[in-house]
Amino acid sequence: MSNGWSVYVIVLIVINVLGCGWLLFANRSVQIDPREKGQSTGHDFDGIEELNNPLPAWWTWLFIGTILFSAGYLVLYPGFGSFEGVLGWSSANQHEGEVEDAKTRFGPLFERYAAVAIPELVREPQAVAMGSRIFANNCAACHGSDARGNRGYPDLTDGDWIHGGAPDTVVQTITHGRNGVMPALAPVLGGEAGVEDVVQYTLSLSGRDHDAAAAGRGGVQFAAICSACHQASGVGNTAIGAPNLTDDVWLHGGRPEDIRRALEVGLANQMPAHQTILTPEQIHLVATYVLSLSAQGEATEAMEVE
Amino acid sequence: MNFDVVEKNIGLMLVGIIAVISLGGLAEIVPLFYQDAVVQPIEGLRPLTALELEGRDLYIREGCVGCHSQMIRPLRAETERYGHYSLAGESVWDHPFLFGSKRTGPDLARVGKRYSDEWHRAHLVDPRSVVPQSNMPGFPWLEKDKLDGAQTAAKMRGLRAVGVPYADADIDGAQAAVAGQTEISALIAYLQQLGTHLRRDVP
Repeated sequence: MSNGWSVYVIVLIVINVLGCGWLLFANRSVQIDPREKGQSTGHDFDGIEELNNPLPAWWTWLFIGTILFSAGYLVLYPGFGSFEGVLGWSSANQHEGEVEDAKTRFGPLFERYAAVAIPELVREPQAVAMGSRIFANNCAACHGSDARGNRGYPDLTDGDWIHGGAPDTVVQTITHGRNGVMPALAPVLGGEAGVEDVVQYTLSLSGRDHDAAAAGRGGVQFAAICSACHQASGVGNTAIGAPNLTDDVWLHGGRPEDIRRALEVGLANQMPAHQTILTPEQIHLVATYVLSLSAQGEATEAMEVE
Repeated sequence: MNFDVVEKNIGLMLVGIIAVISLGGLAEIVPLFYQDAVVQPIEGLRPLTALELEGRDLYIREGCVGCHSQMIRPLRAETERYGHYSLAGESVWDHPFLFGSKRTGPDLARVGKRYSDEWHRAHLVDPRSVVPQSNMPGFPWLEKDKLDGAQTAAKMRGLRAVGVPYADADIDGAQAAVAGQTEISALIAYLQQLGTHLRRDVP
């Protein structure tokens, strides 16, 4: 604040405080002529009369108290022009203090867990519980509060990983986000009929009801085009985020019309990066929570192998 | 002291009252109009694009501000959840301010880039399709109704008159940028930029 504005504010404050003091002083009881004390002021409404009495003492002292309070406040806190107050308080400072306190209090806990590898940390109930709270605040809006996902948002409990379920990969996914893109393939596949053949072949990959003749034709197309990402056997490729088509787990819906739509118009799926939202220690814990959900059966084996 | 004069002259009383209650505003509000921290844009701030501006108007039309604030206070509980507290310099080109004061839903001051466009699309049409516990109403018409952009350039000229630095090219291209877009695309474009200018580490 420039000097001019500082002086401007100080002048207004002084006028204000002195004005309040003067108002009180001008109304003190000795100002009232003793002959008029307790007499009617002549204000009479429906038989209710205003008498000429001094302000009650308790009220007067309270008023003096507020004036003294304002003086004390202006010494301690910012307010008197550019004077910052002897306490040096500001809302930004207070916030910084709160953050520092929290760091002192929770920092060692976060650090201790950050030093433990995730496959071990999943057996630590407190770490998993901390991760679950971070998940609820930041991840549940898309993946659901039970982490079972939603259409377009992967189920994190089933041990089926699009980008890979190794601890480092999960941390990478949370930190930097992911972009899943499948191009529209209808023109390449030869229009409607070609798309239908590939739909039937895709259904056959996970052993579902399909038209064998169409699937046979689709298989040729699949090997030529789709296998570039989903591999010849259709098991997908976690390195580029191409889902496994043989496991009957469907991120974008598994009805024939869902598969048809994916082939016709393509898919674009995005997981936002969380590096600016969460600290690395928090990401470590939330990854621990996520992996604890699937750390059973196959998923555990996969984790140990990787 | 005899106060008969003001007690018996309502005009004088009025002037006195106005003078007294102005003191607070004169001391606390007027100096802010001249403080750099309040009136200077933060580094990296840019005016809303034509589409985002239409989205801003839909945010107002649909009453989003009635349940969502755009003001992260400097309290740890809020900065942990939403990110850095809001700075005055982020709102210098907001006319009107959409700070809000009712928090039925979460604060949106830094919601930009937190969720994918597809998430917003599903959530605005039917919030419970992605957040089962949500009590937000759905806004399905946003997906169908299209913008024609007839007013967009005029709105931008109006904002320029009050200090938003729109270039002529922005205004000339406004209608073309908006026409034919669905309302939901405009609203999502607006939401996705909220609060992202302070975080220069975000692409």
